[in-house]
Amino acid sequence: MRYLPHTKEDIQEMLQVVGAADLDALFSSIPDECRRKEAMNLPDPITEWELNGHMDCMAASMGAPPFYKVFMGAGSYHHYIPEITRQLLLRSEFFTAYTPYQPEISQGTLQTIYEYQTLVTRLLGMDVANASMYDGASGLAEALLMTIRATRRKKVAVSRVVHPLYRQVVKTYFAPTGFEVVELPVGTDGRTDLSGLADLGELAGVALQSPNFFGCIEDLEAAGKAIHTDKKTLFVVGFSEPLAYGLLKSPGACGADIACGEGQSFGIPQSFGGPGLGMFAAKQKYVRTMPGRLIGKTTDRDGKTGFVLTLATREQHIRREKATSNICSNQGLCATAATMYMAAVGGTGIRELSRLNRDRAEYLKASLAKAGHTSPFSAPTFNEFVVRFPDGFADTWQALLEKKIVAGLHLAPYYPEMSDCWLMCVTETISKNTIDSLVKEVVK
Amino acid sequence: MKAISELNLPEDVRYTDDHEWAKKIGDVVRMGISDYAQDQLGDIVFVELPEVGSSFDKGEEFGTVESVKAVSELYMPIGGEVTAINDALADAPELVNSDPYDGGWMMEIKASDPAELEALKSKADYLDILKG
Amino acid sequence: MKDKMGTTGLIFNEPLLWEKGSPGRKGLSLPRRDVDETPLDAALVGDGPDFPDLSELDVVRHFTKLSQWNFGVDSGMYPLGSCTMKYNPKTNERQASIPGFAGAHPLLPESLSQGALELMYDLQGYLGEITGLPAVSVQPAAGSHGELTGMLIFAAYHKNKGKPRTKVLIPDTAHGTNPASAALCGFTSVGVKSGPDGVLLPESVAELMDEDTAGIMITNPNTLGLFEDNIRQVADIVHQKGGLVYGDGANMNAVMGIVNIGDIGVDVLHLNLHKTFSTPHGGGGPGAGPVCVTPELEPFLPVPRVVKDGDIYRLDEDYPLSVGKVHAFYGNFGILLRAYSYILSVGTYFKEVSQYAVLNANYIKERLKGTYHLPYDRPCMHECVFTDKHQQEHHVATLDIAKRLMDHGFHPPTIYFPLVVSGAIMIEPTESESKETLDQFIDAMKQIAQEAVDCPDCLHESPQFPKVRRLDETAAARNPCLKG
Repeated sequence: MRYLPHTKEDIQEMLQVVGAADLDALFSSIPDECRRKEAMNLPDPITEWELNGHMDCMAASMGAPPFYKVFMGAGSYHHYIPEITRQLLLRSEFFTAYTPYQPEISQGTLQTIYEYQTLVTRLLGMDVANASMYDGASGLAEALLMTIRATRRKKVAVSRVVHPLYRQVVKTYFAPTGFEVVELPVGTDGRTDLSGLADLGELAGVALQSPNFFGCIEDLEAAGKAIHTDKKTLFVVGFSEPLAYGLLKSPGACGADIACGEGQSFGIPQSFGGPGLGMFAAKQKYVRTMPGRLIGKTTDRDGKTGFVLTLATREQHIRREKATSNICSNQGLCATAATMYMAAVGGTGIRELSRLNRDRAEYLKASLAKAGHTSPFSAPTFNEFVVRFPDGFADTWQALLEKKIVAGLHLAPYYPEMSDCWLMCVTETISKNTIDSLVKEVVK
Repeated sequence: MKAISELNLPEDVRYTDDHEWAKKIGDVVRMGISDYAQDQLGDIVFVELPEVGSSFDKGEEFGTVESVKAVSELYMPIGGEVTAINDALADAPELVNSDPYDGGWMMEIKASDPAELEALKSKADYLDILKG
Repeated sequence: MKDKMGTTGLIFNEPLLWEKGSPGRKGLSLPRRDVDETPLDAALVGDGPDFPDLSELDVVRHFTKLSQWNFGVDSGMYPLGSCTMKYNPKTNERQASIPGFAGAHPLLPESLSQGALELMYDLQGYLGEITGLPAVSVQPAAGSHGELTGMLIFAAYHKNKGKPRTKVLIPDTAHGTNPASAALCGFTSVGVKSGPDGVLLPESVAELMDEDTAGIMITNPNTLGLFEDNIRQVADIVHQKGGLVYGDGANMNAVMGIVNIGDIGVDVLHLNLHKTFSTPHGGGGPGAGPVCVTPELEPFLPVPRVVKDGDIYRLDEDYPLSVGKVHAFYGNFGILLRAYSYILSVGTYFKEVSQYAVLNANYIKERLKGTYHLPYDRPCMHECVFTDKHQQEHHVATLDIAKRLMDHGFHPPTIYFPLVVSGAIMIEPTESESKETLDQFIDAMKQIAQEAVDCPDCLHESPQFPKVRRLDETAAARNPCLKG
């Protein structure tokens, strides 16, 4: 086995030093009643090339680009990942390091994450960002728990057009706590209906997602004002498509107290849903109630600038049961990828890329509308939108799979009342020609 | 860390088993943490204090004090309503290290039962605790 | 005396990203515009983020230089106790980058995701076999997330019995995450003191266990690197009162093929795939923290479950007692895939993995025990814990020893943990390290002990060779500067 270096001679010499007769004797402190009696039933090891063949075969069954054209977003987006991101991430100094507990030999990770925190605050218009959470869903759950800590209130409200799977995770996190989660309805335009807010009593936080699950861009400024009528309530802005903020007004500019969401779009492979990147940012005054790791700037003994883990007293290893979260690590490598991506795309590039995503999606929306397949919602959208199709489209959708086209996501499982609706997504990786070919198939 | 003989323990304040001190100043009682407590904690980086106007019972947690790698709860030496907090600590928490009884005081309260103050430990009794 | 492995090289300075570049540069290939621009309500449009504009080479040089300031497992021995910094096989990265997996959308129809579902299903089977707890969910995204899932299962189990409970027992040798995870689920943690030998005593548990206590969280081997040899008795006591036993599987690398976790009374166990199953630590994640449970607790596992019907793999949501979803999709699939690739490569050698990990730790323990104080002198598992007691008389502390190790070309061990040992130095070599490397490490530790006598200031002034020297953590925390 090539991962195990010991020869028989090494083992003998070492056993002698240890004073054990054989390898089994090393485990003498384990009582007999705790010993495993039968060997583990595991397959024989396979060679590196056998493994390649086996994995290639398994992967071949997957409906992924470039063989498939996938018009599906819903929290996982097919954006182009620059080769430099892929290769730089494989620098094993990043890849095989752990949490930067020893800052003197971890400055690469530390400066990168400091840059990540900075770029995230600039993207979202917020004061401080942490080093990341597991994903957009757990980040939202943690944000809502944070509003409860910050306000000492017991109830939060979440829009029904926040990603349905994120809402399920919120429900899981809240189930044993005794705190209450209420849902805000969707208006006819596809945006959250906040008209009933005043009747909900004292809320710790209110969470909207923009662009929301239907792709609709929420009027965050108006929402922020409505939510802040109660000065204590925190306004949480979620997102699953951070690229939108290359174009849209940032959550911070609209009055968000916390902005959190999924950062997978920035250089991270979709990889069947994970690992992703929970981006998490807040206003300065909430920094000490924030969950997650933080990197700060300081100096060394010679006055040289350097970076360290800081404000660790919020975290589980020090504050134990009173910690702001039980999270120990961050999605370090995913945050590194996102930093590389944001660096590569740049300020000029992100505006252009963001625009193009919207414009290509608008082109598909208009083409479908021309053929009579319109969206039930009037609110402007970013790079995905809902379309209502006539009876029988489910069959067409199925038939298109044979042609290696995944024509959007059926909304029935998530919104039973929308069984004739599909959520369509277009990013920069889908060209006008590909869009045209989809439209041709759909209107046939 | 300081030896017990090196500790600065003024005679004119009263102490608790949790290493807070309290002292009557006019109508109010001022409080903070002892030289021993600040020395054990090391470089203090943050002091979290309640809002003026809030009330606590004796022994109740009213805030926390943090060093780089430790955090300690602060407990009320006596009960009462907070009348002032030391704003200087927001920008200069190190005052608790350098000057625990003067510049590093934490807050002032209006005592709900002045007798509670008298029941706290004198310097001599507190020293006995420290000596174990 | 041999040369130290650490030496100075040409170390580059590199500014922050936004101190570089020039407006108008691009480092990303952008597609040509083939559709018209569509108007958008100006009230919704922002100024766009203030990112620097860099060329592709600007970005490449920046991150290459930054990477050179880091130390990883590929750079040298990384004996960080409790973290299992074993070698991360390169082939795992090749497998994770196959386009069919890397580019797979999580909401693809089942007919187009059989490969990924099969992989998760088989991985569940292997993890069930290795732990002896046959029902597995691979959804939790990290060890702490697995712990949270475990505590959610505790809460759901007792609720389903009709009697929710409020407390959880946590030994003093536990990871700090344990109480935090329990608190997230509304449990109060009750500390249990370990006995004089560093292991739990059944009587201490019996004293505290009652019918309002949901169960106990045990790390076994514990954070002192010792096997909790009373685990069966402890489990019996907890079970008799209707409680559950949670196993923190962070230290699973010591006991694969040696102990069947299901047989020793553990009901729920989380694994850290980034520790035991070789997936990269990535500067702090992503990891994966699957939970393995007894058949009795299977109904409470997170949904969707990956199941097999005949030859077809499916995602099944129909578990009414489930704790629900803990991740937006199915967990960190990319990490699961790497662990699967490792398991197929190691196969029947897993017992050797544990044997060699334990052999390496005991070898270090025996060879250093005269030089450094060993608080618990008994056979250890995959890690051993020393202290700075012998060095204190020269005013040299654990921190100084750790910092000096960097100059010798090693990553320091975990220090000042576990908390029950003052000045702890916790060394976990893993099975990856050869005898020659262990000997070099032992030599370095002995040289440092000698330096503590001859030149304590040499240690106080260390490290000398890295990019920066000791950093002012107090200033960082007093006036936090968290962005540029």
